[in-house]
Amino acid sequence: MLTVENLQVAYGAILALKGVSLEVKEGELVALIGVNGAGKSTLLLTIAGVLRPVSGKITFGGDSLVGKSPEEIVRRGISLVPEGREIFSSLTVEENLRMGAFVRKNQAEYQQDLEKVFALFPILKQRLHQLGGTLSGGEQQQLAIARALMSHPALLMLDEPSLGLAPALVDQIFDLITRLHQQGTTILLVEQNVDRTLQIADRVYLLQTGKVKFGGTAAEVRHQGEVEKVYLGGVE
Amino acid sequence: MLSVEFLLNAITLGSLCALLALGLVIVYGILKLVNFAYGELIMITGYTLYLLNASFQLPWLVMALIGVLIAMFTSYSTELVAFRPVRTKSLSAMLITSFAVSTLLQNAALLLISPRARAVPLPKLFSASLTVMGIAIPWRNILTVVTSLVLLIGLTLLLKKTILGIALRAAADNFRMTRLMGVPADLVISTAFVISGLMAGIVGLFWVGRTASVTPTIGGAPLLIAFVATVIGGMNSLLGAVVGGYIYGLIFSFLGVMLPQTLLDYREAFMFLIVILILLIRPEGLIRGAGTGERVG
Ligand SMILES: Nc1ncnc2c1ncn2[C@@H]1O[C@H](COP(=O)(O)OP(=O)(O)O)[C@@H](O)[C@H]1O
Ligand SMILES: [Mg+2]
Repeated sequence: MLTVENLQVAYGAILALKGVSLEVKEGELVALIGVNGAGKSTLLLTIAGVLRPVSGKITFGGDSLVGKSPEEIVRRGISLVPEGREIFSSLTVEENLRMGAFVRKNQAEYQQDLEKVFALFPILKQRLHQLGGTLSGGEQQQLAIARALMSHPALLMLDEPSLGLAPALVDQIFDLITRLHQQGTTILLVEQNVDRTLQIADRVYLLQTGKVKFGGTAAEVRHQGEVEKVYLGGVE
Repeated sequence: MLSVEFLLNAITLGSLCALLALGLVIVYGILKLVNFAYGELIMITGYTLYLLNASFQLPWLVMALIGVLIAMFTSYSTELVAFRPVRTKSLSAMLITSFAVSTLLQNAALLLISPRARAVPLPKLFSASLTVMGIAIPWRNILTVVTSLVLLIGLTLLLKKTILGIALRAAADNFRMTRLMGVPADLVISTAFVISGLMAGIVGLFWVGRTASVTPTIGGAPLLIAFVATVIGGMNSLLGAVVGGYIYGLIFSFLGVMLPQTLLDYREAFMFLIVILILLIRPEGLIRGAGTGERVG
C-alpha cells in the first residue's frame, strides 16, 4: 500500500533521514521505533507532504506522493496525527471534528461518522461544545485521533500518541489502536513505549540516526535483541 | 460633556475602526503579515467612486457596490500576484512586498489621476439628519453603525457556521494542521484577502464620505488606525480586533472632548500614549488569541 524507498530528507544542510526504505501493507499495523532524534517524526511529516525529500520515492496505492501538497495527500487517504496532538485549541471539539471531515465528499454521512467516533470516544460527546484548548491531555489525544478518523483514512499515521499521558490513559490509547487495527484500519505507528508497541504491531522498523537499523516481525525484533542494543547501549 | 451625541460619535468611529481592524487581522491571523497595502484598498474604493461618477450616471448605491467589489478584487489580486510568490520565503520578504504594493498603488493614482484631491459622490442621506427627542443624529452615523453591525453579524455567521469559515479560524490557529485536514492553503488565504477587501471597501465608502474626496495618500490614516486597534485588542484574535476598534473609537472621541483646544492638535500623540500604557499592562493586547504564532511556510 505504502512504500518508501531510499528516502533522504534534510533540514537545511543536515540530513535527518539518510536513505530510509520501508513498506506498509493493507490492513497492517506497522510500528516505527527509535530513540529521540532518530527521524521518526521527520519520516511521517515527509509522507504527509509537510516536508519535501531530497531524494527517494514514496508511493501510495501505486502513485508517487513526492512533491504533492499535504492537502492532496490527505485527499488520497493518508491522515497524520502529529506529535503533540496539534488540535485546534480555539475551535470547539465539534469544529475540530468537522475540520477532520473536510475532505469527505459525502457530508450527509457526517452525522453517522460522528456517532461512530462517539462510540470509540464517549468523552468527546460530552465535550462537544467545549473549546479544544480546555481539554485534558488525554482528551486532546482522543480528539486528535478522532479528527483524523473523520476523514476515513486508508492509512492512519500516529506519532507518539501515548507521549505525556498518565499510565491509565496509555492503556486506553493502546487498546484503541488495537481496536482500530482489528477493525481493518491500516496503521503506521511511531512509539517510544517499545514493550507495548511490540505486543500489538504486526511488523516493526527500528530507526537509528536516520537509517533503518532493523525491520521484521515483533518476535524477530525481540529475538535479535536489536531493541536493547539501541535503547540500552546508549547509542545516539 | 458625555452626552448622547458624544456616545453616538464614539460608537460611529468605533464601528469603522472595528471593521478596519478586522480586515487587517483576518490576514494577519493566517499569514502573520501586517499588510501595508491595506489602506490603499480604501483609496481604490474612493477612486472607483470618483471615476464612475465622472463617466456614468449611476445611482450611488450601484457605484458603492462596484467600489466595494473592486476593493475585494484588488485585495484578491494582490495576494495572487504579489504575496503568493513570496509566501514561502520569509516574513520580511512579504512585509517588503506589501510596502511595494502600497507604494505602487499610491504612485499609480498619483500618475494616472492626480496628486490633488478628487471629489467623490455621496448619497443625499449622508448630509441629512434624523431628529429624535430633540437630538439630531446624522444619517451617516446611523448608516455606519448599522452597516457595521450587519457586517459583524454576517462575518460571525460565516466564521462559525460555514465549513470555509471554520477552516479560516482553524488556519489562524494552526495553519500546517489545517492543511493536514485537506484544506487547500491557497483557498483560505484567498478568502482571507477577499474578506479583508470587503472590510476596507465598506469602510472606504464612509471614510471618503467624511471629506467627500479622495487623495492618493488617503489610505495612510486608516491603516494606522487598524494597526493600533489590533495592537490594543490583540493581534491573534478577531474578537480582539473588534474590541480594539471600539476602544480606539471611544478613546479618540473622548480625547476630542477632554483635551483643551490648544492640545487638540496633539490628539494622536495622546492616543499613542494611552496605547503604550495599555501595552505596558497587557503586552499581548486585551484579548489573547489562540494562534501558534507560527508562520505559514
Ligand atoms: N525543524 C527542524 N529543524 C532542524 N532540525 C530538525 C527539525 N526537526 C527535527 N530536526 C532534527 O532532525 C532529526 C530527526 O528528528 P525527528 O524526526 O523529530 O526525530 P524523532 O521524531 O525520531 O524524535 C533530529 O536530529 C532533529 O534534531
Ligand atoms: Mg518525534
